Amino acid sequence: MRHLMSPLDFSVEELDKLMDLANDIEANPKKYAHACDGKKLATLFYEPSTRTRLSHEAAMLNLGGSIMGFSSAASSSAAKGESVSDTIRMISCYADICAIRHPKEGAPMVACQHATIPVINAGDGGHQHPTQTLTDLLTIRSLKGRLNHLKIGLCGDLKFGRTVHSLINALARYDDIEFVLISPEELRLPDYVRHDVLDKQNIPYTEVVRLEEALPDLDLLYMTRVQKERFFNEEDYVRMKDFYILDKAKMELAPPDMLVLHPLPRVNEISVEVDEDPRAAYFKQVQYGVYIRMALILTLLDIHVD
Amino acid sequence: MVKNTLNIGKISEGFVLDHIEAGKSMDIYKYLKLDKLDCCVAIIKNAKSNKMGKKDIIKIECPIDIIDLDILGFIDHNITINIIENEEIVDKKALTLPKEIKNVIKCKNPRCITSIEQELDHIFVLTDPENEVYRCKYCEEKYDRQKRRKH
Repeated sequence: MRHLMSPLDFSVEELDKLMDLANDIEANPKKYAHACDGKKLATLFYEPSTRTRLSHEAAMLNLGGSIMGFSSAASSSAAKGESVSDTIRMISCYADICAIRHPKEGAPMVACQHATIPVINAGDGGHQHPTQTLTDLLTIRSLKGRLNHLKIGLCGDLKFGRTVHSLINALARYDDIEFVLISPEELRLPDYVRHDVLDKQNIPYTEVVRLEEALPDLDLLYMTRVQKERFFNEEDYVRMKDFYILDKAKMELAPPDMLVLHPLPRVNEISVEVDEDPRAAYFKQVQYGVYIRMALILTLLDIHVD
Repeated sequence: MVKNTLNIGKISEGFVLDHIEAGKSMDIYKYLKLDKLDCCVAIIKNAKSNKMGKKDIIKIECPIDIIDLDILGFIDHNITINIIENEEIVDKKALTLPKEIKNVIKCKNPRCITSIEQELDHIFVLTDPENEVYRCKYCEEKYDRQKRRKH
């Protein structure tokens, strides 16, 4: 039995198969509409989430299965002090597969040690969020046609952004990848990612402070939110916040085929005027998130559709 | 009478842990859970050493298969393990870094599930043997070995 704890749990070849399946689901949704008839997905969300929980639930419903679960720790037995290992033993008796989000890092790993059903890590604190990374990879592959030979700009909070760290780890496995790290000094990529991943694997990267400097050369721009509370002082925040807001004027500097991705939720780092730009791919990314989760559920349940 | 000499007799079967950093023998006593063993244990502190100046030594009289000494590789791989049978050294065990260590060190990351989940083992996995890096199995927090040595 397989689980998904980290985006690196799947080899590059296995990821290709998973993404092929997701693209087939996209092209032939009816073919998969009853693939999970009679199967149940439990969504165990110990902290609130909009996209991730609904995306998993939509994926299972699209496959003909049904869903159950809770959407906050307060409405589960965790409020009574039940351990993750006890909860998952119980859920294993009710459902065929589960997705778990927990504020504590490593909680899904504890769950998979005691589960008799496949466990999907739907986010554990600042640690991993593998289905977001799979979503990002599928979006890039589907819209750019490749996951290699790419110059990727990562913009915003590169220090605390787990989606950025996971994406770097995942893309580092493909050929001819170059990163442009666009962030204020306070929010630069941490050393453990820079040294352990980029330097160790000789992956080229440059660091810039202004988004405008990077835009003309990028194949892809991955935006994240720069939060005010991450800055040491108000002055720096006010001075720099506009550097990281993508608007129509900045988009004019970008190549005509550059994609803009964002894990969402967006606050103000991408102006709504950019939404109409054909290069804005962040809402398509949400749709790809459903396809990849459908493919993941089928793969982990070992269900094959001819 | 010879001055400054403390004699501990030979053991017939068991281990002699030699070249322990002076003052660290009680830590090792605890790590190996020797207090749980019903056997003869001698701890020699600050013994003279040509190589180290001074060192600690632990002699354990016990059947040689009842103690898992792999953890010593994590604690200090300079320790020499002499295996004794019939009062003679029959083997010397080379220490290597164990791939996984359980309930020896605790994860200090307050966001880790080990901080709240009852009865959960604290497990660290060797992720980078070259640089002797251990990470928590659950949250992947790095364990700082240098910091531990200073303490």
